[in-house]
Amino acid sequence: MKTTEEIFTILKNNFGDAMLELVTSQPVEHFIKVNPIEINKVCLFLRENEELLFDSLMNLSGVDDANGKKSADTDGTQIISGGTLSVFYHLESTKLHHKITLKVSTEREKPEVASVESTWRHADWHEREAYDLLGIIFLNHPDLRRILMPYDWEAGYPLRKDYKNPEFYLGMKVPY
Amino acid sequence: MSITIEKNKLEHKTGFRTEEMVLNMGPQHPSTHGVLRLELELEGEIITNAIPHIGYLHRCFEKHAEAMNYSQVIPYTDRMDYLASMYNEFGYAIAVEKLLGIQVPERVEYIRVIMGELQRIASHLVALGTYAVDIGAFTPFLFCFRDREKILSLFEQTCGARLLYNYIWVGGLSHDLHPDFVNQTNEFIKYFRPKIKELNDLLTKNKIFIDRTANVGVLPLDVAINYGISGPNLRGSGFKWDIRKNDSYSVYNKFDFDIPVGEGLMGKVGDCWDRYYVRILEMEESLKIIEQAVNNLPEGDVASAIPKRIKPPVGQVYSRVENPRGELGYFIISDGSINPFRVKVKGPSFVHLGVLNEILKGHMIADVIAILGSIDIVLGEVDR
Repeated sequence: MKTTEEIFTILKNNFGDAMLELVTSQPVEHFIKVNPIEINKVCLFLRENEELLFDSLMNLSGVDDANGKKSADTDGTQIISGGTLSVFYHLESTKLHHKITLKVSTEREKPEVASVESTWRHADWHEREAYDLLGIIFLNHPDLRRILMPYDWEAGYPLRKDYKNPEFYLGMKVPY
Repeated sequence: MSITIEKNKLEHKTGFRTEEMVLNMGPQHPSTHGVLRLELELEGEIITNAIPHIGYLHRCFEKHAEAMNYSQVIPYTDRMDYLASMYNEFGYAIAVEKLLGIQVPERVEYIRVIMGELQRIASHLVALGTYAVDIGAFTPFLFCFRDREKILSLFEQTCGARLLYNYIWVGGLSHDLHPDFVNQTNEFIKYFRPKIKELNDLLTKNKIFIDRTANVGVLPLDVAINYGISGPNLRGSGFKWDIRKNDSYSVYNKFDFDIPVGEGLMGKVGDCWDRYYVRILEMEESLKIIEQAVNNLPEGDVASAIPKRIKPPVGQVYSRVENPRGELGYFIISDGSINPFRVKVKGPSFVHLGVLNEILKGHMIADVIAILGSIDIVLGEVDR
């Protein structure tokens, strides 16, 4: 069993400082911040390295950080420009029983993250869900379609903090 | 059994042109246990590709949760996996308590475990009963629902609701147990033990049932782990992995129980029959836990640790519990206000449905129902 700090040291020795950062300011969970384009390389290393063997992805969650410039729209709702969207990866080794949390942040205007689908097939549907609800583009994902919302949904991504409920769906008025 | 047909050979032999057919199964199909549509690509009767289409019950629970305070989220968690509501609340309460950093009284933990395990039996009874119906045996279904009814009555007498409880709160419970609960639960355990044997005689060792399920839908272990499968489905593939033991929470480490795994008694390890049988064995283990908990129940006040105002510090937590279907994870981010900033649920049914295509390929179309029933999904949680 290894702690987040020890795993961070191993990663740093292999990848250098440029794309990694250890965050320990949070009270419950520490996590490692990774460059969004390099995430799959890091994950593949975490899975294959003899000392780490992270064979299981527990969870993958997209988050809208809502840390951009906020302004009010004409109808009173919020508009957010700039800032970041994030993805959290919770990994676990079923053989060595340690856990780790990774985080990547990507620009809200061009949210691109490398897909980890080729490392853990489990990520497939979770990435589709993050794309569907937050609009995060997972590069190299084989089948990035909407999954929970209708395929023809045009009103944007519901879990973004500045999402507006559409008045019409396919020309039909939606009552609330 | 997987069968592959060489297309050209068939065409040559019969003189008929063959072509691929696409068949829609669902959204309204009795064996999908909800609204799920499977797009099956068929080569004769053999499935070459199966694409699940989900989202028919999507109400974006996660968006709702952002607009409410922490305790108002609990009734919504009930409605995800409506066959295991107690356990959804249990998982959510544990996650928020971790964020708050509070300890709950021991009596509360014990009652939560009792309720959770009763819920596990109730949920497995539905899974096994409806599975039997899917395969074509109607009687076990009635037997299972008769016994589940007794558990639901226990719940009803405790908190007033039969399906969606809002019973387990952050830091405590909504009500204490009623005075006769321990008695009634002991009676239920005494009543239910022989019924498991009855179910075994009726269904588990039935020749037709074994023919339909053994060696069908084999899920190899490495595939299962790669796809994030958990719960009875993972244990059916022969892996001794249970979060109650491997990453123990609440007071589970105080009880003595086993983790049953699939051994391939009727066919290969990880087939439908194994997944089915693990659930039968698990009910027995749950009874053991309930028996130990209910007879060692500590005294105390169940409402003493309920916080007046839930306002966790800035931070995030991923917390998971062993739901009747598998690993139920809550990822909660707090921004220091009274509403959660983000709640993400990792539902076991959602994850298990993802592996369906992998298992179905190469099977006959009649096996779809046997396989889909054996992975036991609840669409309310798949779509959230």
